[in-house]
Amino acid sequence: MALLEAKGLRASYGPTRVLHGIDFAIDEGSITAVLGANGAGKTTTLRALCGMVKTEGDVRFGGARIDGRLTEDIVRLGIAHVPEGRGTFVDLTTEENLRLGAYTRKDRAAVESDLERIFTYFPRLKERLRQQAGTLSGGEQQMLAVSRALMLRPKLLLLDEPSFGLAPRLVRELFEIMRTVNQRERVSILLVEQNAAMALALANRAYLIETGRVVLSGAADEIGRDDAVRRSYLGY
Amino acid sequence: MDAFIHQVLSGLATGGIYASLALALVMIYQVTRLVNFAQGEMAMFSTYIAWSLINAGMGYWPAFLLTVLFALALGVVIERVVIRPVENAPVLAIVVIFIALLVILNSATGWIYSYTIKTFPSPFPKEPLFGNRYMSSHELGAIGVTLVVLVLLYVFFRFTPLGLAMRAVAQNPESSRLVGIRVGWMLALGWGLAAAVGAVAGMMIAPIVYLDPNMMGGILLYAFAAALLGGIDSPGGAVIGGFAVGVLENVLGAYVIGNDLKLSVALGLIIGVLLVRPSGLFGKVHVTRV
Amino acid sequence: MTRRASIAVAVLVAIACVLPFVVSNYRTFQLTLVLVYAIALLGLNILTGYNGQISLGHGAFYAIGAYTAAVLMDRLGAPYWATLPAAGAVCLVAGFLFGLPALRLEGLYLALATFALGVSMPQLLKYHHLEKWTGGVQGIVIAKPEPPLGLPINPDQWLYLFTLAVAVVMFVLGWNLLRGRVGRALIAIRDQHIAAEAMGINSALYKSLAFGVSAMYTGIAGALGAIAVQYVAPDSFTIFLSLVFLVGIVVGGLASISGALYGALFIQFVPNVADEISKAAPWAIFGLFLIGFVYLMPTGVAGAVRMLLLRLWGKRAK
Repeated sequence: MALLEAKGLRASYGPTRVLHGIDFAIDEGSITAVLGANGAGKTTTLRALCGMVKTEGDVRFGGARIDGRLTEDIVRLGIAHVPEGRGTFVDLTTEENLRLGAYTRKDRAAVESDLERIFTYFPRLKERLRQQAGTLSGGEQQMLAVSRALMLRPKLLLLDEPSFGLAPRLVRELFEIMRTVNQRERVSILLVEQNAAMALALANRAYLIETGRVVLSGAADEIGRDDAVRRSYLGY
Repeated sequence: MDAFIHQVLSGLATGGIYASLALALVMIYQVTRLVNFAQGEMAMFSTYIAWSLINAGMGYWPAFLLTVLFALALGVVIERVVIRPVENAPVLAIVVIFIALLVILNSATGWIYSYTIKTFPSPFPKEPLFGNRYMSSHELGAIGVTLVVLVLLYVFFRFTPLGLAMRAVAQNPESSRLVGIRVGWMLALGWGLAAAVGAVAGMMIAPIVYLDPNMMGGILLYAFAAALLGGIDSPGGAVIGGFAVGVLENVLGAYVIGNDLKLSVALGLIIGVLLVRPSGLFGKVHVTRV
Repeated sequence: MTRRASIAVAVLVAIACVLPFVVSNYRTFQLTLVLVYAIALLGLNILTGYNGQISLGHGAFYAIGAYTAAVLMDRLGAPYWATLPAAGAVCLVAGFLFGLPALRLEGLYLALATFALGVSMPQLLKYHHLEKWTGGVQGIVIAKPEPPLGLPINPDQWLYLFTLAVAVVMFVLGWNLLRGRVGRALIAIRDQHIAAEAMGINSALYKSLAFGVSAMYTGIAGALGAIAVQYVAPDSFTIFLSLVFLVGIVVGGLASISGALYGALFIQFVPNVADEISKAAPWAIFGLFLIGFVYLMPTGVAGAVRMLLLRLWGKRAK
């Protein structure tokens, strides 16, 4: 059984329909990439999964339906979302941001050990613990956003354009850490990216979305070899 | 000189009460971006509840505590039942709802308790502390209570997980949802806390101005002025603003414009701040993006 | 306006003219007040309904108009009809002046500033340095105007007809203003003020003028009201008056001319009904009405009537 399954997912912003019936499935332990041009509906897909936009269709997480539920309830089931723009609490400190990530957890000791583990991935955050999150650099804020999501100890991590605005070296570091988190901690990842090459290198499966519909799906390396994809999204 | 010192100190005492009410206003504003026009009436109604409890024979401090809890519940209920349905409505609808709340509370209180002025006891001794000539014990006590409330709130917001969650909601409701915070209940709790703080303010001012359904009207205006002066989204600013307004009101009233026009001080302050520096002394400047 | 609507209005005005002769003097007095409130509500509606600037302090302009009339009549011996243009002029200027700084205030902040104005008005009126003119806490008593030319009607009826005439004029002027370019500009500013400015509408000028005109209407209503009641005193003009006006336009219907009339009928007669329901808490009933209207009938009575007419007559409603 897939960890997350969506059938006929439709989403609208007010009267405007943006997603026209998307089907996909995410297996436990996998990394799935969602690719597409600007405005294709990639971000909307993630937001629809979290109940942040008006959604119709059948979405199941671990077998239970989550479509139509409140964001905060979906999150409590184990889905962490790093949104477009990072969604950092800019006026709170780094530490406060991280602790908020663990807000719903009751296992205090495990929270502290998770915090330590986060610091092994992102040592820079430990240095900036008492600093106001808004004063961190772009790269550090991205690390903070991902860390905050990881503090939930999610089963599924949704990442919306994590490479946005980051220097290539930082993007590589970040993606390496994502691979580690996926393999070592069995966190499934759903990754929305415009940087198709890097996303396909990391992912097991990929979906290509155009104007609110899935036009291509399959194993990541197959998608990477597809001529049309190479020309439109990989630039060669 | 003596008289001047007395005016200043007395101003600090009432200023503490304005500070509490202003803090309540700021708390609701921070979380909901709304100015609660009914804050004064909620505080007044709670004070009447306290009066009933004390009249029924309960000791002052137990009645005080019970009233604070009552106000907490009142705030939560009002937010969930009355405010939530219009959260995303146009501003005018929201203002109208606030006004409706205001008049319903005011009128209901007058109906239940009648409009005759009542005295409200002070828990502090009648004789001035240490026989000083500047402040009555109640005035000193009021400042003390205000400070205790402020410290408790500060500790709550700064050091407890719930307080952190509320601060998060005030800043970024969407991200708050993404970490699993039940934003709706945080809003309700914010209202509850604000109502509780307001009740404390009401119980502190009632011995001075006497209990009557219209007692909070002018005080609310001063609290608005204080909150604006300090910065409508700055709790610390609201507190400083409150003390400042209290002193200003007394000093200007005694020496410059006469006691008749004291309310106009509030009016002038409000308009002045909104014109010259709408974000107040300590607030953040908001930029609206097109 | 469609022919059907024009006929309807003409019929209404004709009925209105006949009313004072078929009902008691007291009723006539109440109806006079309805007309007065209708003018005041039209004023508030221009500002809040059409232009989106929330005012919780319009009672202050009503008070200024009322006191202008009282002072002119009682202290300076002016004839009652001359007080109207005077009150209008004073309030036009006062409103415009208040509107200038108000340009920088939006939504809740403007509501707050006008609320402050409304709350402090009685104190300003009681100010003892002005007592010589304002009569202080006691207020001023005004003589009732006599019907002119020895007409065979009593003073109440004359006052009613006079007020009716003024109301008709004010409404026609208002209707003309609002259905033309000015009205559209006001609405554009209310709904999308940045886009409106980009289109070349001088938002600052329109908004200040809206304040001025709105205050003028309410001021004239205040003068008429003072003459009808024959008395002005500071405590007649508390914040509750401003709130009553707000109730009036919400219930009557925002951005609607007929709404002013429905609202006026509501605020004149419902308090009596509310009094019956609950002797001591009429305002609580008022408040419940308010909440009810916001949740259930946000477009007010005028909106409901419009929808009803649409269903009955198809597309030809006003």
